[in-house]
Amino acid sequence: MHALPPAPQPAPRRQLFVGTGLASAAGVMLIGGMLAVWSQLRADAPTRFSERRGAIKDWMPADIVVPEVAANMMLIAFCVVCVMAQWAVYSAKRDDRQHAGMALGMTMLMGLAALNAQIFIWTQMGVGVRDGAFHSMFYALTGTMAFLVIAGLVYTAVAAFRFLGRGNSDVSIVSATALYWYFITAAFTAVWFVVYVQK
Amino acid sequence: MTSIQTQSVPESASTSSVANWFTSADHKVVGRLFIGSGFVGFLGGLVLAVLVAFERIDAEGYQLLDKGAGSQVLAAARLLLTYGGVVPMVIGLVIAVVPLQLGSRSLAFSRTAASGFWMWLTGLGLAIASIIGNGGPGGGEAEMVDLYLASTVVMYLGLGMVALSVAVTALTSRAPGMGLLRAPMFSWASLVGAVTLLMALPALIGTTIYLYVDHRYARAGFGGNYGIGDWVGWSLSQPFTYVLAIPVLGFVLDMVPVMGRTRLAQRTAGNVAVGVVGVAVITAVVHSTVTLPWEGDGFFSGIGDKIADLLPFALLNLVPLLGLLGVLATALLTLKSAKPRVAAPLAFGVLGLLMILLGAASHVLYAIEDAGLRGTIYEAGSYVAVTFGTAMLAFGAVCYWGPKLWGRTISDKAAIPLALLAFLGTVLGSIPYMIAGFADQPAGALDEFVYGGPQEFWNLLTTAGFVLTLLSALAFVALAARSFTEGDAAGDDPWDGTTLEWATSSPPPADNFSDVIVVGSDHPLADMKNNSGKVG
Repeated sequence: MHALPPAPQPAPRRQLFVGTGLASAAGVMLIGGMLAVWSQLRADAPTRFSERRGAIKDWMPADIVVPEVAANMMLIAFCVVCVMAQWAVYSAKRDDRQHAGMALGMTMLMGLAALNAQIFIWTQMGVGVRDGAFHSMFYALTGTMAFLVIAGLVYTAVAAFRFLGRGNSDVSIVSATALYWYFITAAFTAVWFVVYVQK
Repeated sequence: MTSIQTQSVPESASTSSVANWFTSADHKVVGRLFIGSGFVGFLGGLVLAVLVAFERIDAEGYQLLDKGAGSQVLAAARLLLTYGGVVPMVIGLVIAVVPLQLGSRSLAFSRTAASGFWMWLTGLGLAIASIIGNGGPGGGEAEMVDLYLASTVVMYLGLGMVALSVAVTALTSRAPGMGLLRAPMFSWASLVGAVTLLMALPALIGTTIYLYVDHRYARAGFGGNYGIGDWVGWSLSQPFTYVLAIPVLGFVLDMVPVMGRTRLAQRTAGNVAVGVVGVAVITAVVHSTVTLPWEGDGFFSGIGDKIADLLPFALLNLVPLLGLLGVLATALLTLKSAKPRVAAPLAFGVLGLLMILLGAASHVLYAIEDAGLRGTIYEAGSYVAVTFGTAMLAFGAVCYWGPKLWGRTISDKAAIPLALLAFLGTVLGSIPYMIAGFADQPAGALDEFVYGGPQEFWNLLTTAGFVLTLLSALAFVALAARSFTEGDAAGDDPWDGTTLEWATSSPPPADNFSDVIVVGSDHPLADMKNNSGKVG
């Protein structure tokens, strides 16, 4: 029998952060894959003539107006979310609970603002999910994006409870939350460009 | 034989009652649940595969099935064989063994992995139920088709959660001193497989969400129920199926040196070979959703169209074959000067790897458009070789690690003939389909096809192959069930292994290791044995 030298169990190496990183990479594949299919179907759409823009793909029906201000505000809101999330990390690393709590609260608030903008876009665009390929794909893609935002809000709430509620500072979960919001911002930037700018 | 003192904690209190099987987050319990479910799913898939093959013998009409049920049975067979059989068997082994190999006390996010199992099981069950209710690809019942699409998303999500858990474990929970390239080959291959799956499944989920919303509300962009196969059929075909084999390639590279009582030759080459297969699968997934940039007109205008044609072909077909050949070469080099003991893991491992190689090599030919094999049953032959080969590797891995997980041995004398029977069944189940593909037997058709040549003979051979595989799988499951409940006690290190899973008791205690193991090389247990307990 060989006796192993006793030693304390080493702390796992930033499991939450690594897990969030991998989940974010998977999220990139999710949104990237959906945008790829979107682009493929748009490219396959027949060409029609537009008085303003000449020959264009007959993809998004001409009578649909995208509320661009709301879409742009949504993008700006996500950028602010990143700043707030990074502020939370900065404060958490210094064990400044008051500012960390405030930053996490602001992160959630701006995330909610972005979600609100998405709901505004849905109601203002007047797109019926049954009306065609563009319509159903629009809801599938933006709905998936909204789901990821809701997941981020829940994640941030859990992070806030864990960080503020525990005696010891669990900075890792705050960093992981920030990483997730960076992913969300990058993913929405791609969605914004393909769906709301390129149309 | 060497054994390492471990805390005398009972194997896991979670095995004491049925209720605890449902709630346990112990990686060994979840792993065994996956393996057991995988056995059942694989047998179910094989039964359906036999039915399908039998229907093809007489192409003038249906003998056993209703005419309308043909495509459903075909879809259910592939779904069960792949996501109901091979995937859970391989994932179960990964979950159960990887933390032990890494010297970790548990799986990272173990509750996530346990939830992943139940999500996978629920999704698979609903998918099969929807196919029975005339749903699935090409199904006629709209609500059942919707249910099929939604349930496959649940199933993929469950598998993704497990893959995340495995990848994080391999990246963060290794014993001190164990760098990634020092990790056992099975753990390395599991990491590659988990990351590949994590990158592949979201693309599949995204497309399936589109399909669901389109089918339920619009039916305008994806071809309705018949479009399902066109859009997500790649998840049940080559080269995507190689992802299932990646972890068990690591099993071959871990098991071969132990059987040969030697060290793994060209370890780095083995690492690279496994990684190459993963990279090729991710490329294939990307290719399934977008046209690769060099496939467009003019990308290589200054060099020539031939390179533009060759690059995607090489990436998707030759690169994974190269990786598989690398694994075989590493195994053969290891055994070159060794006198290996003939045991069931080696038999299943070598024969299974040969079948996967056959499947990958045959797929290269399938991918050449001028060969005229597209749309023929040739693809099914390639699929059978890869899938059944992977199942054989999983059986070998169960023979190898089963004694550790259950604490009892499985008889080599009984298992080796089953390996030979499974090999024969796989050869008969795949090669005749390939030959029939050359004769233009259409893929997906169970009747009303005529071509020159002995078409009944080829389909009869395939049916016989599937029956042999079914019998060998059934016998193996029965043997494993009996051996792991009534067999001889295995001891802690029955194979005289060199990696950490053999350093704890069989079956392992709840927390795997009572002490932290400091690793000084890629064969830590061998070091401990040589140094009489001094580690590193």
